[in-house]
Amino acid sequence: MTASESAQARQPAERPLSPHLQVYRPQISSVMSILHRITGVGLILGMVLVSCWLVCLAMGEEQYQLFLTVMQHPVAQLVLFGLTFAFFYHLCAGIRHLLWDAGYCVSNEGVNSTGKIVIGVSVLTTAGIWAKLIIFGGACPWLM
Amino acid sequence: MANVKHGLRSPLGRARGLGAAGHGTEHWLTLRLTSLALVPLSLYFMYGFFEAVVFGNGYTSALLWVKHPVNAGMLLLFLGVGYHHTANGLQTVIEDYVHQEGIKFVSLLLTKAMFWLLAVASILAVLKIMLGA
Repeated sequence: MTASESAQARQPAERPLSPHLQVYRPQISSVMSILHRITGVGLILGMVLVSCWLVCLAMGEEQYQLFLTVMQHPVAQLVLFGLTFAFFYHLCAGIRHLLWDAGYCVSNEGVNSTGKIVIGVSVLTTAGIWAKLIIFGGACPWLM
Repeated sequence: MANVKHGLRSPLGRARGLGAAGHGTEHWLTLRLTSLALVPLSLYFMYGFFEAVVFGNGYTSALLWVKHPVNAGMLLLFLGVGYHHTANGLQTVIEDYVHQEGIKFVSLLLTKAMFWLLAVASILAVLKIMLGA
């Protein structure tokens, strides 16, 4: 290595950082990958709400009613709708990741076909549950 | 070449404490194993939650569902494995995006502490309900 080369190696080169997200067309593989991460982070809120639900339930009827009242708020309902999708998406996409880790479906066709199944199942289950909620919501004390 | 910049410390010495430091494989495997366990555990939880809470009759049906020993057991497993997976997953995200060592260390510490707190609080809540308070 010459003196100029080693001096160059010591200085961090000012190149743009990979993976140059702004020049890539969104593809099913990349969009689903980042969506798995986003839903995973979103589900932290889901776990926090599960804990709030259990603690309120353990504290007594009055506190539990307060929890249900808060959850009736339109913003909370929107969050719960998002969490329903996040749960089913992260579950299905997680199973897809486990399949890949076990060596199955590791091909372009496998990525596309399993990706479509994951999106289909998570959208359908979320829509099904919320359709049931909106139609039979009367039985539920914290909707409508 | 490396010692020109970093003095007498060996590459191993500089790497220690900055990365996975020998726990990488374990962390990777644990994330997969907890996700595998969470497939049945989270589905059981969601099914029961929607039956007893969302489509249930308020306080009494929720309380009765948590009180049942099988449900309480599955709930405790779900909480333990679920928070373990949540903490591991968020650790991966933080390590990917936070590159400043101090901020990374503090945020890992704070998120781990928060998940321990939430897990213990919800496990105590399940035990209190189950043991009939």
